[in-house]
Amino acid sequence: MEDVVLEYIRNEYLDEDDEEDVDLDVNTPLLSSGIVDSFSMVSLKRFLEKEYSISLPDEEASAEAFDTVASIVALVKRHQGNA
Amino acid sequence: MAYSSTIREAHSTQLSAMRDQGLLKEERYIHSPQSANITVEYPSGSELKSVINLCANNYLGLSSHPDVIQAAHTALDHRGYGLSSVRFICGTQDIHRELEGALSRFLGTEDTILFPSCMDANAGVFEAFLEAEDVIISDRLVHASIVDGIRLCKAMTDTYKHANMKHLEQKLDEHRDKRIRLIVTDGVFSMDGDLAPLDEICALAERYDAMVFVDDSHSSGFMGKTGRGTHEHFGVVGKIDVITTTLGKALGGAAGGCVSGRKEVVELCRQRARPYLFSNTMAPPLVAGALKVLEILSGSTERRDKLEANTKFWRQGLTDAGLVIKKGDSPIVPVMLYNAKLSQDVARDLYEEGIYVIGFFFPVVPNGQARIRTQLSADHDIPVLEKALEAFKRVGDKYGILGLDKKGIIEKYGM
Repeated sequence: MEDVVLEYIRNEYLDEDDEEDVDLDVNTPLLSSGIVDSFSMVSLKRFLEKEYSISLPDEEASAEAFDTVASIVALVKRHQGNA
Repeated sequence: MAYSSTIREAHSTQLSAMRDQGLLKEERYIHSPQSANITVEYPSGSELKSVINLCANNYLGLSSHPDVIQAAHTALDHRGYGLSSVRFICGTQDIHRELEGALSRFLGTEDTILFPSCMDANAGVFEAFLEAEDVIISDRLVHASIVDGIRLCKAMTDTYKHANMKHLEQKLDEHRDKRIRLIVTDGVFSMDGDLAPLDEICALAERYDAMVFVDDSHSSGFMGKTGRGTHEHFGVVGKIDVITTTLGKALGGAAGGCVSGRKEVVELCRQRARPYLFSNTMAPPLVAGALKVLEILSGSTERRDKLEANTKFWRQGLTDAGLVIKKGDSPIVPVMLYNAKLSQDVARDLYEEGIYVIGFFFPVVPNGQARIRTQLSADHDIPVLEKALEAFKRVGDKYGILGLDKKGIIEKYGM
């Protein structure tokens, strides 16, 4: 799952000339570093919901929960467990 | 007392944290009218200093133009200082409607509605004509006021990579099921000075049956052959459904903004846009000043032509000096320094040299993209710009960045 989310973030949020500057892994801060802004986070949330057939309530799609791929994956897994 | 010592302390702590991170914004007191040369008191309490101003939005040098000042004076005498009312109660004079008509003619649109500022126009426009079954697809670098406006409306939101048409197309395709697809972009981007490719955006809009919204605040008055804006520059006048712009930059620099475009959208703003409904009308002297500005600009392209020549000279001069600038055609020319502290140090040294510029860094611009944003004006003359260039060369040399590319500067100073 980590790889799928990383791949999505790379395609959706990084520009070609950013890619050499940004070393993206599961622990890279996404929001606090400015790679993903809170406004663009909406498409990431939609992608996760569609890809993993879950529904993420807005209050759980917080800046903290979305700040690294590791925390995003944890959130998704928790919701898959609930399903 | 409602403002308890605990709350006071909490607020002080927040301010101290901002100061420690170097994020506290300080005002500099200017003792002269807005111009290419201004008299500044900075830091507060220090002796006045005459400096070359390279950071105003006074692109056409009309902020202190004698004819504009005279028009404002006349309106002050004949129409008063203020109207003490919102527009729809008793705050609309004939000159307000006259200015709306003049803006429609200038921008090549069907109708226009004035707002107290473009910030207010952007805050009110989306909510006024979009519903839950619509989607807004915005460029990721649009101005903060657009982001605020979008947050206030019920439509779904999505974003595309800055000026990336492939990504925009992908999003338009993804949202085919929506009632309205609204593409939202700035005409000229305020921090990078680059232009949205409106010709390509309009072609995509046609293909995917989408509407187009452009905030032209940093282009109205000078972009395009006769200064009508980015839409004129790209040959798509009449194809932009909604334009928002400001009277607070090139168009006189006082205050006021507008939504201009399809007449039904404008009318929906008049009925529903909250910043229009619940804030005061524009003061008569400002309305008359803006009317004079449009009259000046409709009669001659001299000012935008001079601005264009200044911009070419400045961009070439900085490049020849070995500084890294963001490419583009606009009079917003960012000198890239990448490192936040370096941007502050260079700005401070330039001020010592008599050049007024500001260093921008995260979160105003993306992390590792710190810069000094320079802005040209038709008020500048070539000898003034030559003097400023020499100062940039001296300071650039002091920091050893002349001739270095992005990689070189980052190696030397870090991100």
